[in-house]
Amino acid sequence: MIWIKAKRILKAGFINFWRNGWVSLATVLIMVITLFTIGSLIFSRAILGSMVAQIQDKVDISVYFKTDSQKQDILALKDEISKLGEVKNVEYVSAEQALENFKERHKENAMITQSLEELNANPLGATLNIKTKEPSQYEAVAKFLNAESQAPTGSIIDKINYLQNKKIIDRLTKIIDSAKNLGSILSIILVIISIIVTFNTIRLTIYISREEIGVMRLVGASSRFVSGPFIVEGIMYGVISSIITMVLFYPLTTWLGPMTENFFSGVNLFKYYISNFGQIFLLLLFIGATLGALSSFIAVRRYLKV
Amino acid sequence: MIYFDKVSKVYSSTSTALEEVSFAIEAKEFISLVGQSGAGKTTLLKLLLSEEKPTSGRVFFESIDVHSLAKKDLVLLRRKIGTVFEDIRLLPNKTAYENIAFAMEAAGKTPEEIERDVPQVLELVNLLGRSWHFPRELSRGECQRVAIARAIINQPDVIIADEPTGNLDPLNTWEIINILKKINELGTTVILATHNKSIIDSLGRRVVTLEKGRIVRDDKEGRYIV
Repeated sequence: MIWIKAKRILKAGFINFWRNGWVSLATVLIMVITLFTIGSLIFSRAILGSMVAQIQDKVDISVYFKTDSQKQDILALKDEISKLGEVKNVEYVSAEQALENFKERHKENAMITQSLEELNANPLGATLNIKTKEPSQYEAVAKFLNAESQAPTGSIIDKINYLQNKKIIDRLTKIIDSAKNLGSILSIILVIISIIVTFNTIRLTIYISREEIGVMRLVGASSRFVSGPFIVEGIMYGVISSIITMVLFYPLTTWLGPMTENFFSGVNLFKYYISNFGQIFLLLLFIGATLGALSSFIAVRRYLKV
Repeated sequence: MIYFDKVSKVYSSTSTALEEVSFAIEAKEFISLVGQSGAGKTTLLKLLLSEEKPTSGRVFFESIDVHSLAKKDLVLLRRKIGTVFEDIRLLPNKTAYENIAFAMEAAGKTPEEIERDVPQVLELVNLLGRSWHFPRELSRGECQRVAIARAIINQPDVIIADEPTGNLDPLNTWEIINILKKINELGTTVILATHNKSIIDSLGRRVVTLEKGRIVRDDKEGRYIV
């Protein structure tokens, strides 16, 4: 009997959805907008996230060593730095490599190339490029290095560029933090608004049927038998809307993909869409179906009191 | 079988629908409630279905106080009472067949029972050829016959008909009344609310007359006197 009831509720839900054609279409449209908002948020978070990662990756501390310092001293310091908890990695650039890099960067500039050739010795020292796990941790590493460079026994460190970059790094850290905060606040507000709109749309569709609900009750249908088909309809709105939303994202990300790749260097929205298709679809499907079912349930309950 | 015990219903201080109404209905009776619009006929029927709660007094159906029932038991009660409304109240998105089948599905009947009974009852109300039409594709009289078919499909103990012939032409009116008479002859109690004089006079059954929320007459073989 339970199976027969479930089958009847399911069938009634499908039939209602189909026969209420225009109302269903309008509701699906509204829900597509909601899911589209949520989907766009997922994509913009992906862009923001990879942008943040890239900027953070570009921030580092460079330690320049005196030209006469010994390689083993530098490597010893490198080991010491690597042991610091905050440090992600330390890259050693030898004096020769530094000169190569410098030449490569300025090969268009004849004067620099010429004057370098006139010098017999390498004017550049070796360098250590240090990256920390979080931007806020540069301060601590810089302090450690400062202490090292001011050692009374004399130091091999010539210059630490952190102090010059400190302002920029601080600002960047702040911008990244506030972008993250603002982003999450805005997303929460947008999602709440679209959920409220969807909820009210579904309530309206059920308001249209309020008399029918009363009739069903008077004919002797149990609450569950009356509300079941409406909840099935709500789930259908969610399922169909999530499919439409995912289809809509295909041309959109195809179009936006190359643009985002150029602008944000590296993140191709289209590739992100393809590689995360399953996850995004399941998430939208879950949100859509839950929102539909819950809205229907709450809305029907009002008219079940007869 | 049905007993109204000093039932009052006050909607607001200026509108009293029923005042201390008491009367009993026996099984297999065909009883007509008459009175002008606003006399309290519909309120009385709504109280029996527990669509409204009385301000005071009690309504008994087979010795059970209708208004003390929990929601779940109310569903079972309503399956024992078939209802026909003046405004018909079919489900607009279901065909004639589906409207009737819905009442059976709600009562938990098997698909075999539904396939067996629905055509039978459609034949009884002479609508077998219109099974797959939606209410909007049927005339008012046809819709009302579908509604009666829906009301009797679960073999209820009582049929409540609230102005079932309102807005119907005489031919359809008589068809409806004849169906109700036939149902009553098969052993179902019928409660008919109407203000149609010719129906009451031709029936020659018990008539309860309401006026401003009170019972003013209760005649065994009544005529329409207001």
